[in-house]
Amino acid sequence: MAVLPFFSEAVRAGFPSPAQGYMEDPVDLNRLCIRQEAATFLLRVEGDSMTDAGIYAGDILVVDRSLEAVHGDIVVAAVDGEFTVKELALKPSLRLLPRNPRYAPIVPGEQGLELFGVVTFALHCLHGKARGGGS
Amino acid sequence: MFALVDCNSFYASCERVFRPDLQGRPVLVLSNNDGCVIAGSAEARALGIRTGVPLFQVRELIHKHGIAVFSSNYTLYGDLSRRVMATLGSLVPHVEKYSIDEAFLDLSMVPEGQLQRLGAELRERVKRWVGLPVCVGIAPTKTLAKLANHYAKQQEAGVEVWTSSDHWQARLAQTPVGNIWGVGRRLAARLAALEVHNGADMAALESGWVRRHFSVVQERMIRELNGEACLSMELCPPPRQQVIHSRSFGQPVVSLPPLRQAISDYTARAAEKMRTEGLLATRISVWLRTSPMGKPQQLWPDTLSTGLCQASADTRELVAKALQLLDQLWKPGLRYGKAGVMLTELCSREFSQGGLFEDRQSQRGQALMAVMDSINQSGKGRVWLAGRGMKGANECVWSMRRAHLSPAYTTRVSDLPRVW
Repeated sequence: MAVLPFFSEAVRAGFPSPAQGYMEDPVDLNRLCIRQEAATFLLRVEGDSMTDAGIYAGDILVVDRSLEAVHGDIVVAAVDGEFTVKELALKPSLRLLPRNPRYAPIVPGEQGLELFGVVTFALHCLHGKARGGGS
Repeated sequence: MFALVDCNSFYASCERVFRPDLQGRPVLVLSNNDGCVIAGSAEARALGIRTGVPLFQVRELIHKHGIAVFSSNYTLYGDLSRRVMATLGSLVPHVEKYSIDEAFLDLSMVPEGQLQRLGAELRERVKRWVGLPVCVGIAPTKTLAKLANHYAKQQEAGVEVWTSSDHWQARLAQTPVGNIWGVGRRLAARLAALEVHNGADMAALESGWVRRHFSVVQERMIRELNGEACLSMELCPPPRQQVIHSRSFGQPVVSLPPLRQAISDYTARAAEKMRTEGLLATRISVWLRTSPMGKPQQLWPDTLSTGLCQASADTRELVAKALQLLDQLWKPGLRYGKAGVMLTELCSREFSQGGLFEDRQSQRGQALMAVMDSINQSGKGRVWLAGRGMKGANECVWSMRRAHLSPAYTTRVSDLPRVW
């Protein structure tokens, strides 16, 4: 069987677009920030315990639950029935480190630590009224 | 081989995903209008609370045990269900969504020795990715997989794998026929009359005899119980037969104007759902039901329906028809508790028959509906026909009571979970 090439672009009279054959999809923020859609959740930041890590009140965190948390990751964990965002320290011992000198590290109690997920991005709005992503 | 993956106490578990404080605390989820309990966590069941009991009967228990109570939040449950299905799809290529919290998986390509490990991995991954606990039943047929899941729920590991009849014989013998997939109350009664009480009795029936005395459906059930797969994966859902929108009112409604608003709202929502699926309806029905609460009076379900000259998904046309029906249905003095709209005789927009008098009007109507839908789905605001009233859909006399509604954590920017 012979295979004939198939050209999907319409043939038109007049000048063809110089971009023809060069078109690509625009960059998609979702694809940039979200690796595993089913496991990714957005959370809204309250408070200032992580300002030195560039995370401010009103920011939106992209949290990926499919990732294995390692030492030094910014994570969301459940502490005393609330979600907290901190830096995960596994060495020399398990602690949650705030990134603001005014706060003390959290040492998990006996029941250990319930990790919600690993923070992959913080969305921080820099423009006008909508600061913090609008809500 | 098939797997059935079923979420444990799905609604209650969904309410816990963004509420770490509810870990270990009993949770109840209420029906539309907060009338009765429709789901509970294991802790709530351990307190003896069964699904279906009216809320007022368990008020004391709720207070005494600090039970967390929620109105049903189908927006949240629907999104988490979607995530569960996608997560299963990341490990297994063929996933059949069987209900909001259950899926069948095709494991025909998986070597028998790896089934147990795969079951554990499915369970681990859904828990980790979506935060929901699931159990996995694996067996050579869908009917057996469903039963294996039932027994998986009773085990710490949460996985039950049956590869040969030795595995399921003993289980069948301890399973009442009513617990077998597809056996309803009436069939169970007929079987009991034949001294068929448990799954093993049922599996021992001769399939040809069953086909003659029951039907081919029951014959398939017998074969499935014996490990012969008769039901295959249904990867494409069957085409939709109808679109229904019905709600109980937050309080009984007597007068016509609020009923007209409610029917306008329900019709508009049904029409919108139909448009998102590219469907048109040729028949519309409206029903009213009197409220079971309050003064004793005749419980009055009443339905009227009418055909449309031409298949339509235009909210304006459908609302006009629905209101005509409502005006005929409504009887003064009755206290109505529930109303509904049903669109039937559906056809796909592409294959609908053109009308004799079709003109630019219907094209303009389609364009208008497209604009309405894009505004309403943008999350920025809603537009509706003025006949539905000026108040938001949650603020009218007919609005559903949802006093304990949790936020739409995953679908609304204003409702995102907070983190400190």
